[in-house]
Amino acid sequence: MPKYTLNINKTSYDVEVAAGTSLLWVLREDLGLTGAKYGCGIGQCGACTVHVDKQPIKACLLPIEQFTAGQEITTIEGLSEDGDHPVQKAWIEAQAPQCGYCHSGQIMQAVALLEQNEHPTRDEIKAHMNGNLCRCGTYLRILTAIEMAAKTKAPTF
Amino acid sequence: MAKDLTMTNKINRRAFLKTSGGVTLFIGASGVLPVLVSCQDDKKIRAQLKKVPITAWVQLWEDGQMIIYNPAAEMGQGSMTSLPIIFAEEMDADWSKVQVEFSPQEADIYGGEGWAPGTKLMFTVGSRTTHSYYHVMRKAGAQARYVLLNTAANHWKVPIEELNAAQSFVIHEKSGQKISFGELVPVLTMPTALPDFTEDQLKNPKDFQLIGKNIPRTEIPAKVNGTAQFAIDVRLPDMVYGALERGKLHGARPTLLNESEILAHAGVMKIVQFDYAIGLIASTLKGVLDAKKLLKIDWSTATSSGYHSQEIYSEYEAIAAKKSQGAVITEIGNMGEALRSAHKTYTADFKNDYVYHAQIEPLNAVIQVSEDLQTAEVWVGSQQGGDTKLGVPGVLGVPPENVNVHLQYLGGGFGRRSMTDFVVECAILAKEIAPLPLKLVWTREDDVAYGAYRPLSLQRLKATVDARGQLTGLSHTVIGDGGNLVASGVKNDHYDIPNQLADWRETTHGIRLKHWRSVGHGPNKFAIESLLDTIAFDQSVDPVALRRTLMAQSPKALATLEKAVAMSRWDVPSIDGRAKGVAFVEHGSIGTGICEISLDRATGTINVHHFWIALDAGVIIQPDNVKAQMEGGIIMGMSSVLKEQITIVDGQVQQSNFHDYSLLRMQEVPDSIETAFIPSSEKPEGVGETATPMVAGAIANAFLQLTGKHLRHLPFTPDRVLAVLNN
Repeated sequence: MPKYTLNINKTSYDVEVAAGTSLLWVLREDLGLTGAKYGCGIGQCGACTVHVDKQPIKACLLPIEQFTAGQEITTIEGLSEDGDHPVQKAWIEAQAPQCGYCHSGQIMQAVALLEQNEHPTRDEIKAHMNGNLCRCGTYLRILTAIEMAAKTKAPTF
Repeated sequence: MAKDLTMTNKINRRAFLKTSGGVTLFIGASGVLPVLVSCQDDKKIRAQLKKVPITAWVQLWEDGQMIIYNPAAEMGQGSMTSLPIIFAEEMDADWSKVQVEFSPQEADIYGGEGWAPGTKLMFTVGSRTTHSYYHVMRKAGAQARYVLLNTAANHWKVPIEELNAAQSFVIHEKSGQKISFGELVPVLTMPTALPDFTEDQLKNPKDFQLIGKNIPRTEIPAKVNGTAQFAIDVRLPDMVYGALERGKLHGARPTLLNESEILAHAGVMKIVQFDYAIGLIASTLKGVLDAKKLLKIDWSTATSSGYHSQEIYSEYEAIAAKKSQGAVITEIGNMGEALRSAHKTYTADFKNDYVYHAQIEPLNAVIQVSEDLQTAEVWVGSQQGGDTKLGVPGVLGVPPENVNVHLQYLGGGFGRRSMTDFVVECAILAKEIAPLPLKLVWTREDDVAYGAYRPLSLQRLKATVDARGQLTGLSHTVIGDGGNLVASGVKNDHYDIPNQLADWRETTHGIRLKHWRSVGHGPNKFAIESLLDTIAFDQSVDPVALRRTLMAQSPKALATLEKAVAMSRWDVPSIDGRAKGVAFVEHGSIGTGICEISLDRATGTINVHHFWIALDAGVIIQPDNVKAQMEGGIIMGMSSVLKEQITIVDGQVQQSNFHDYSLLRMQEVPDSIETAFIPSSEKPEGVGETATPMVAGAIANAFLQLTGKHLRHLPFTPDRVLAVLNN
C-alpha cells in the first residue's frame, strides 16, 4: 500500500493506506484522531469538518492522496492545548452540546468563520453554519456560543 | 433528618472496599448493599468486584474527591449530571469534588424502577430516567450520608442525632466540631444497619442546595475538545471491520451472485450470510465498504412488495369509514349518544408520513468474542441497559454474565438505540472472526434504508358540540401499523370532555417500525389540537378561551396555558403577515406551546419565528438542561413537521442520505425558544418528549389563523402548503 506523510496538528504522521481512503478514515481509524465524526459520507452533515490550511473542509470527501503538498491539517484535537480555545470556552459557557456527536464539526466550522470575520452578523453565522446538521436541535445555543466567542475579541482569531 | 428510621438491612464488613487511599461505599439502589440487599444473587456483585474493583454508587478518597456513578445512558439528555446531582443533594456532597462515571451495566444493582412495581430496569427510554431514578438516587445519597454521620458519631463519641452535614462536612454544632467527608475515610465504620429512607425522611425540596440550580453538565468539556468517546470511536489492537448490505426492501432475502469476486477483493476476510442481508468482514473500513458496493445480490420479494406509502391513505380512509370498531384504547361516557344528540359534528382526517430517527452517529458497535466463543466484550451506545446484554448472549449461546457491556456516549438515541438489531449483527460477525475485535459500521445509507420508522398513520377525529357550542364528545380513530407506536397520546386527561372514544385499527405493510421521540403523541396531539382550533375557528372563539373551558377541571394544565399566554402576549395581535398558534401536550410532564409563524405564499415555506413553552415537570433538577430539552424538542419537532418524510414505492425505501432526507438546518431555526416552569415540589416528570408533539398542532393552528386553511398532512412541505393555499 502507498505511504503518505501528513501534517496534522503541527505533527508529522506517516500512514500506509490504500489510495482513495478518505482523510476522515485515516484520521479516525489509522491515527486515532476520533474527534472528527462520520455522519453521512457525502458532505451533507458537517460532522467531519476539519481545517486544511485554515479552511473548513469536509474530511469524508477528500481522498488521502490529495494531501501531498504538506498542507496544514487541524482537527478538534489540535485546536487548543487544553480545550480552552475561545470558541470551546464559549461552547461550554452556552452549554451548547446535547449528544455532542456533531459538535467537533460545529466548533471547527465556527472557528473558521471567526478567523475570517471577527464580528459576523447573526445571518452571516447562520449562512456559514448551514452545512452542519444537529439532530438534537442545539442550533440556538450554537448561535449564542458563536456570538459570545466573537464578543471576547480573542487575539487568536 | 427525621427520626424513627427503620433499621431493616444488615450490613457486613464487605460494605467497604478499601483501595489505595480511598474507600467505596456500597450503597445499593433500593437497599443498602447490593451484595447483601439489592441483589437476588450476590454472585453478581462478587463478580462485579472482581472485574471492577471500584464500583457501586459512590467512591470517596481521603482528599475528599469522589466519584458518583450514573446508571443511565447519556444521549444528550443530561443524565450524566442530573442523576448524580440528586444523589449528591441528599449526601450533602460538595459538588466541586464530584466526578461522574457510568455505572456498570448491571440492572440488579443499578436498575431504576421497572415497568412493574418492585422490578428494576436499566432502560433509557420514554423520558423516564429522572422520574424513575429520583427516589432511588435520593435514598442512596441519604444512605451514603448516614454512613458518614455514623462514622463521625463513633469518632467523636456523640449521638448521631446531634450531627448534621453540609458541603462534604459533618458538623456537630453542640461542640463546634467539623470534619470533612475525606477525613472520615481512614476511620470509616459501618453501622450495623442502614435506614430504609422513605420519602418523608428525605430533604424537603425547599432545602435543596443543588437541585434546581444551573449546574454545568459534567460531560460537556469532553464534548467540545473531541475526547468524548462514542462507540464508533473505539479502536482495539488487530480490530477488523464489518458491514452489511440489507437492501431497501425490508424483509427481502438476499442471494449473493458474485461471492468469488467479493472474496478476491483486497482485505475481505469473510462473507457472512444473514436472512435479510449479506455481511462482510474486512481488514479495513474502506475495504469493507468498497466490497459492499461491489455486491451483486438478487433480492426476494417480501411482505412489503407492492406497497406504495403515498397511495395507502385512500385505503386507510376506507378503514376509518367502517362501522366496526378497532381495539378500544380509551372510552369515557357514551360517544355514540354524543354523536346522536350532537348539535353539530366536526370531522377531520389527519395524515402522517413515515419519519426516520436520523441520529447523527450512525448505528455501530465494537465486539470482541473470546477464542473459545464463551465470553464477549461489547462497546456500544445503547438505550438498553444490562438486562438483556443487548442480545449478545443469545448469539453466543452463553449466560448473560459472560457478556460485559461497556456503555459509551450515544450520538443520539431518539428511540432508535432502544433496539439491539445492530448489536446482534455485530456479535454474529465478531463470533465469525473471534478472537479478533470487530467494529460494525452502518453507513448513513444503511441507517436510512434499514431504519425503523415512526409509522405512517391516519387519524379520523369527530367532535360533537351542543347547542351552546360546548364540546360534548371526541371520537379518535387511529389507523396504522405498530399498536402503541401509533396509538400513544390519544388520551385527554386534562380536557374535560364527557364522552370520549379512541380506537386503533391495525394495518400491516412489513415496514420496520420503532419508537421515535414522543412516539404516537406526535401524530395524535397534532390531530387533537388541530381539531380544537377547527372548532374554535368555526365558532369564532379564541382558541385559548376554548382550552380554558376544557381545562377547568385541571388547574395544572390551565396554569401552563395561562403562563404561555402571558409569555407570548397572546392577546396582542401579531404584526402583519404573522400569526400565533397554540397546542397543549402531556407526556409525563405537561406543557402548553405557542408559536408565531409567517408564510411565504409564493414558495409555500412556513417560517417559525418564536416558540414559547410553559412546562410543569414537577421538581426541576437542572433548569437550564430542561430548557435545552425543550429547545431540542421543538427543533426536532419543526424538522419532522416541516421537512421529514420517508416514502415507500413498491416496498422500496426511496430515501438514502441527508440530501434526500432533509433535516432542519441553521438557517431555518426560530429567533427564540423561551421556556418557563410552573413551580412544583412534586416528583420530576420526563421532559424529553413533551415539546416535540406541540409543534405540528401549534404550527397548523397558526396557519389557520393566518390563512383560514387547514394543514392536515405531515410534513407541511412547501408543495403541500401551496396545494392547501390554492385549494
